[in-house]
Amino acid sequence: MNARALPLYATIAIFLIAYLICYIQFPAMLSTRVIGNLLTDNAYLGVVAVGMTIVILSGGIDLSVGSVIAFSGVFIAVMLRDTGLHPLIVFVLLLAVTTAFGAAMGGLIHGLAMPPFIVTLAGMFLARGAAYMLTIDSVPIDHTFYDDVLQDAYYRMPGGGRLTLIGVVMLLSVAGGMTLAHRTRFGTAVYALGGGQQTARLMGVAVGRTTVLIYAFSGLMAGLSGIVFSIYTGSGYPLATVGTELTAIATVVIGGTILTGGAGYVFGTLVGVMTMGLIQTYIVFDGSLSSWWTKIVIGLLLLLFILLQKGLLIFGRKQRDIAA
Amino acid sequence: MLLTIEDLTKTFPGTVALDGVCFDLRAGEVHALLGENGAGKSTLVKCLTGVHARDSGTIWLEGKEISPASTLEAQEAGIGTVYQEVNLLPNLTVAENLTFGRQPTRFGMVSGRKMRAEAEAMLAGYGLDHVNVTRELGTYSVAVQQIVAIARAVALSGKVLILDEPTASLDARETETLFQVVRGLRERGLGIVFISHFLDQVFEISDRLTVLRNGRHITTADTAGMDRLELIHHMLGHELEEAEGRRRHRQGGVERLQVRGLARRGKIEPFDLTVREGEVIGLAGLLGSGRTETADVLFGRTPPDRGDATDADGPIDLRTPRTAIAAGFGYAPEDRKTDGVIADLSVRENIALALQARRGWTKPIPRAEQRRLANDYIRRLDIRTPGAEKAVGDLSGGNQQKVVLARWLAMNPRFLILDEPTRGIDVGAHAEILKLIGELTAQGMSILLISSEFDELIAASDRVIVVRDRRHVSELVGEEIETGRIIDAIAAHENGEGAMTP
Repeated sequence: MNARALPLYATIAIFLIAYLICYIQFPAMLSTRVIGNLLTDNAYLGVVAVGMTIVILSGGIDLSVGSVIAFSGVFIAVMLRDTGLHPLIVFVLLLAVTTAFGAAMGGLIHGLAMPPFIVTLAGMFLARGAAYMLTIDSVPIDHTFYDDVLQDAYYRMPGGGRLTLIGVVMLLSVAGGMTLAHRTRFGTAVYALGGGQQTARLMGVAVGRTTVLIYAFSGLMAGLSGIVFSIYTGSGYPLATVGTELTAIATVVIGGTILTGGAGYVFGTLVGVMTMGLIQTYIVFDGSLSSWWTKIVIGLLLLLFILLQKGLLIFGRKQRDIAA
Repeated sequence: MLLTIEDLTKTFPGTVALDGVCFDLRAGEVHALLGENGAGKSTLVKCLTGVHARDSGTIWLEGKEISPASTLEAQEAGIGTVYQEVNLLPNLTVAENLTFGRQPTRFGMVSGRKMRAEAEAMLAGYGLDHVNVTRELGTYSVAVQQIVAIARAVALSGKVLILDEPTASLDARETETLFQVVRGLRERGLGIVFISHFLDQVFEISDRLTVLRNGRHITTADTAGMDRLELIHHMLGHELEEAEGRRRHRQGGVERLQVRGLARRGKIEPFDLTVREGEVIGLAGLLGSGRTETADVLFGRTPPDRGDATDADGPIDLRTPRTAIAAGFGYAPEDRKTDGVIADLSVRENIALALQARRGWTKPIPRAEQRRLANDYIRRLDIRTPGAEKAVGDLSGGNQQKVVLARWLAMNPRFLILDEPTRGIDVGAHAEILKLIGELTAQGMSILLISSEFDELIAASDRVIVVRDRRHVSELVGEEIETGRIIDAIAAHENGEGAMTP
């Protein structure tokens, strides 16, 4: 068995066991309704986590995404309120802005040889500030296209569950991320950067272009996540999704991707997102637990995965020593 | 001629790295490139592979003049390089590493099946049939990774293969596997440049050899017709005049330390060492022969995985530098810029560093005492600095070295390891450091002196231990310490090697 895939198997196993426990306690949790809600409620997180996975696989980090989501929501709401543009045109404009924003951060990271942490931290403040510049209030989105098409589009699954549009967008994002990471030359270059920038350069990776593309992709996904979030909440609020970048990083790590880069799977991130959603759903079902338990369980899971990865690393080294 | 280099010159600010060097390579030969530190081997390779741009001279590959401006250009022209540190990505699969940058795609998607087939075809004939190309490269041994790197280089370039110390981290069996691969490639008509510090391997695998020294071409000859002793003379360039030996050889001092069978796999073979009070033990050998590795193991920098050390009070723990320091060891490493001084800290802080570490961080040395200590050593060692608060990075090499020495002297160690203490420092400071070694031993300190300057070793040492191919092969005492005998010991072949004198 492939040792690098072990964290992924562990993630899947933990998710299934957790679901089993939930099911034993609340049989109603095994229904398409719950699954449908799980996808809908975590759609924005799943979308942005796909971008984050690519960034982390390359050995980087993107702290700006939470603010970019908030900016996106405000941007959409204000544009729809103040201009007569159709939402689809606003979406295109927004995605162009966030993608360019990500690309610019990638350019700075490469061009100035700055740590991604610092550059995207600056990006985080900038995007949040830009959101405040547009408005300091929560702006409701009032557009027939939103009300009648985007928020109302769903497929009724057997059992009555709703597979909503934004749930589908997330699943498509994951599928797209998987293709990008595992089936393209760009994806291999991302893994190569995560494995070692110097070596990647020697092997012919265009480091600068790849870095710009990676952060542009993360910006694109953050913008898409912002659209999804605006459909989900029906408003734009500059104080929304504070700390979402950290939640996204947590789901990526719980999904089995190594924080130092170079190893992991996009699919694992989906499982990580679902695991988080499951914990929240359990708390809702239970009714007596405080929502802070989500944070505690996530904290414990993160710790577990960090230990697991470290353990695998040591185990792998021992194995090789024996083989050699 | 497959490859011809004529009159290659490359200067860096302050030094001439290559001075009109000539080199040629035939198709179907292994050509060893030899030389000590600073000889210009790596500069030559870097000019050849497009890392450096040459100042003047020409490179002809198959009759065409080439001027590669990058590694990729050199690769495309036909020159592939494999380094000691495998330059592949351990987190990618073997197949991805082999096909990187040229993965077969269908409709823009990488085709896993085609990539596997291509990778297996590339590996065919390298004796790696047990390797599963869909597994991560990092799960295989360094030797396998090395061969995968060669397979990639050959497939990409296919004319000239440069092997830069490929065997440095391989054991004997792995080296043999690698050599079989190299022989196979030679038969296929590749020109192979082989760089290694291991003379036995050079004689085993190479057809011709070229020696560089101080950026100059010294000789090119058939390996079979080259005498080991002659080769070492070429590499070291010592005229065989005798250096003045140490006037007074102290014998029979009190035994202070005993080391039995200390070793570290892949670094240094087991060795014994007895250290007496007030003696200087010299360690002689070629670059990469195990000199620094011996020091690293003794000081716990690379912890020994075998053997033990004892003194009069019982066993000594050498697992970390910290415990070695506690046992009264000191170590001034070869590369003082990265391992010795902390350039941004002041002279005073650098000198007080080890002493403070031993006291523990909860008990800071009072500023006044630190200043007294620093001023004391600045005077005693004649450290040329405007003051104790000057950043060490601003001092000259020799004065930096003195600061490192001062740090250890402040600890008053029983046993001090000096690795190349005089490298890169001016003649005056050189003499002062040698004089200091004499004074210290007179006070009873024992010193292990590592140096590539034989004159220096002969002048300072009571005993000289010769290392070769990671083994302590010979020990010279008193009258035996002379350049000729050291070189003989370095040159001795496996079979004709002199017995280890106790």
